[in-house]
Amino acid sequence: MNRWLLWLPLVLFGIFFAAVATGLIMPKDNIIESKMVGKPMPAFALPAAVEQRPAVSSTDLAQGKPTLLNIFASWCVPCIAEAPQLLALQKAGVEINAIASRDTPEDIANFLNRWGNPYVRIGTDTTSKVQLELGSSGVPETFVIDGNGIIVHQHIGDIREEDIPKLLKLLEDAK
Amino acid sequence: MKRFLVLLIACLAFPVSAQTGLPPAPYANRQLDDPQQEAAARELMEELRCLKCQSQSIADSNAPMAGDMRSQVRERIAAGETPEQVRSWLVERYGNWVSYNPPIASAVTWPLWFAPIILLLAALWLARGRFRKPKDDE
Repeated sequence: MNRWLLWLPLVLFGIFFAAVATGLIMPKDNIIESKMVGKPMPAFALPAAVEQRPAVSSTDLAQGKPTLLNIFASWCVPCIAEAPQLLALQKAGVEINAIASRDTPEDIANFLNRWGNPYVRIGTDTTSKVQLELGSSGVPETFVIDGNGIIVHQHIGDIREEDIPKLLKLLEDAK
Repeated sequence: MKRFLVLLIACLAFPVSAQTGLPPAPYANRQLDDPQQEAAARELMEELRCLKCQSQSIADSNAPMAGDMRSQVRERIAAGETPEQVRSWLVERYGNWVSYNPPIASAVTWPLWFAPIILLLAALWLARGRFRKPKDDE
């Protein structure tokens, strides 16, 4: 038998060990990015979630000006964490539309009273239908949309302070 | 007696409020009326990955989002779409990741199909000496 073949089991063990070790040291992130980035916004029309704000449809998101589409829910804790950042973006002159995921009008109204309302329009998506259309897999998520209604970027998870310059730049570039 | 009652109440389960108070989507837990369509939907649901519990199929998962996906699958099949159309609708949005039946002819997913065959052939090649008849003079 070839001499080098003797080393094969050890090499195989090494590969196995490396695979297990990397899996333990760096667990894979389970974030699933939407394949809709770069594509036009799928057509949708959602009813208004609360009385204070109008309904949202895909045509509202293609009015010649870049916008953000934020997916949130009153039952989602990271959504509370990102509320101040959304208010800061609104102050910077960004138009933010929202989709409330699996939520009731009362709960949404309470959430907005408590944590602020940075939204121009809010649609309610009670069966995640539009979320599935968008390739979104949770809350909160924020889509950057250019003036022609093309999805430019998907931000998964809550928006933190350090994400704001990047989002503002994406909105600027989308003009 | 009072203490016993208190202990008894402590035994009851008080589920922590779920992620969302809304009822599930219409067809999340309701079968389609047409048994053939339901069978087709069911077969597809077992091959679609839940977005929340990523090692479960949407047929297995209790996550609200999985229920919403089941409802979408059933509604689309009831509307006359084929299971493959529904699958590609989801793959278009989430990538091949969402399907437990990945394509054979794809640059990323072909090893899932061929790696077992390659490993088996390699094992046979490694073990080939063991199957040889021992020489008479040994």
